[in-house]
Amino acid sequence: MYSEKVMDHFQNPRNVGEIENASGVGTVGNAKCGDIMRMYLDIDDKGVIQDVKFKTFGCGAAVATSSMATELVKGKTIQEALEVTNKAVMEALDGLPKVKVHCSLLAEEAIHAALWDYAEKHQIKIEGLDKPKSDISEEEEEEEY
Amino acid sequence: MIYLDNAATTKTAPEVVEAMIPYFSEMYGNPSSIYEIAGRSKEAIDKSRARIAEILGAKPEEIYFTAGGSEADNWALTAAFEAYKSKGNHIITTKIEHHAILHTCEYLEKERGAKVTYLDVDENGVVKIEELEKAITPETILISIMYANNEIGTIQPIKEIGMIAKEHNILFHTDAVQAFAQVPINVDENNIDMLSSSGHKINGPKGIGFLYIRKGVKIRSFVHGGAQERKRRAGTENVPGIVGYGVAAKRAADSMESRTQREIELRDYMIERILKEVPYCRLNGDPVKRLPNNVNISFQFIEGESLLIMLDMEGIAASSGSACTSGSLDPSHVLLAIGLPHEIAHGSLRMTLSEETTKEDIDYTIDKIKGIVERLRSMSPLYEDFIKKHK
Repeated sequence: MYSEKVMDHFQNPRNVGEIENASGVGTVGNAKCGDIMRMYLDIDDKGVIQDVKFKTFGCGAAVATSSMATELVKGKTIQEALEVTNKAVMEALDGLPKVKVHCSLLAEEAIHAALWDYAEKHQIKIEGLDKPKSDISEEEEEEEY
Repeated sequence: MIYLDNAATTKTAPEVVEAMIPYFSEMYGNPSSIYEIAGRSKEAIDKSRARIAEILGAKPEEIYFTAGGSEADNWALTAAFEAYKSKGNHIITTKIEHHAILHTCEYLEKERGAKVTYLDVDENGVVKIEELEKAITPETILISIMYANNEIGTIQPIKEIGMIAKEHNILFHTDAVQAFAQVPINVDENNIDMLSSSGHKINGPKGIGFLYIRKGVKIRSFVHGGAQERKRRAGTENVPGIVGYGVAAKRAADSMESRTQREIELRDYMIERILKEVPYCRLNGDPVKRLPNNVNISFQFIEGESLLIMLDMEGIAASSGSACTSGSLDPSHVLLAIGLPHEIAHGSLRMTLSEETTKEDIDYTIDKIKGIVERLRSMSPLYEDFIKKHK
């Protein structure tokens, strides 16, 4: 049901882990629907994403889209990273089954959430970035149960 | 491959296949016709029917072959409602039934004016008898409660339920798709009025099942167009399927005691080892009142589909109550009904053994599970949060 690329990124996910004192961290999704993605960004003074790591609770597609998204934003500027859409992630993975398209959306949102966190920490405004709607805070998470 | 998904379907036994083949190529006659080969088909059907009836302590004429368990469930509920709606419109079932029951109940509510009570179950998945008694009204015409659950393996107190149904003069149907020929069932001792079963769960062929209908229960035909099955189920009989089912049922019933004893030992060995050796996991379903071959465990902080794909890569076939395996966003309704939070329900793994499963298979599977769970946890944000909180 998955493409070879999806299986490859699921079996050998790139950039798994955490970044201590990351420039920006974003967590999206919720345990209720079974997908949570957390993205860590290390952004230098010039606004270039030097490093990126992720952790994901979710299905094969969720892991693969997270992994691919990290590859697509690594070494990019903030503006370039904003252009990494869920469509780009899906295309890079040679497509996803229809029921898994939401995983790619989550990957896009995770990047946005991490960039939003970065912007808030540095009190800057990133052109074209809106507050991500599915970023979960602790309180919301507890409300789920 | 290590096949641990025998609740989904089983391998058709070689002797079952062998018994079926002549009814494709030699004795292919339509049992309703009058010539010799047709008569042979009819005899074969009668023999299967008698074999199955004997296992349940039923009469042969109370066994009605269907295209499977889902048809039997649909038929029992819909036709019973139609036949008895002048008496009342209330049906009692549970929250943990198979969708063949739940979706039929929803249909009856929406389209036919039925009122349905969906009983809660306790944390092990057992129906609360007092709640069943409380739910009964003068309008109640049918109680449908599964014999054993397909996901968590819990066996229901069928005898007590049957007694209550009888006391109140209410029809009692049980979906025994997972239980038939796996646990001893006697329809009279349990006051069962209708019982659904399916061939491919007991090493029989797919596409064949039956509905047991107690003599005197006045439910009508569900499939119209012929006089087959005592005018209650039209359509030329699936003769090879019926023959195969008869052989499979006899085979399963004859070996039941020794086979299930062995499966129970392996099952409990597997459960014990996993609970002891893998941190943060729990057994789903009743530890004792449980199908002999069912193991269902939730692993915290990980998601079931990922686990299944990784097990598949190691040559192990299992299943999960995770939403991702169903195409919906909600995890298994059974796991939610026993009170599991969503994220723990998403991390469930069901392994159902067969007579062919060996201790080596179990040991290999446990070793692989340990590695995979550890790996998935190392990339889980939920596990990261948990560890940070408890440092």
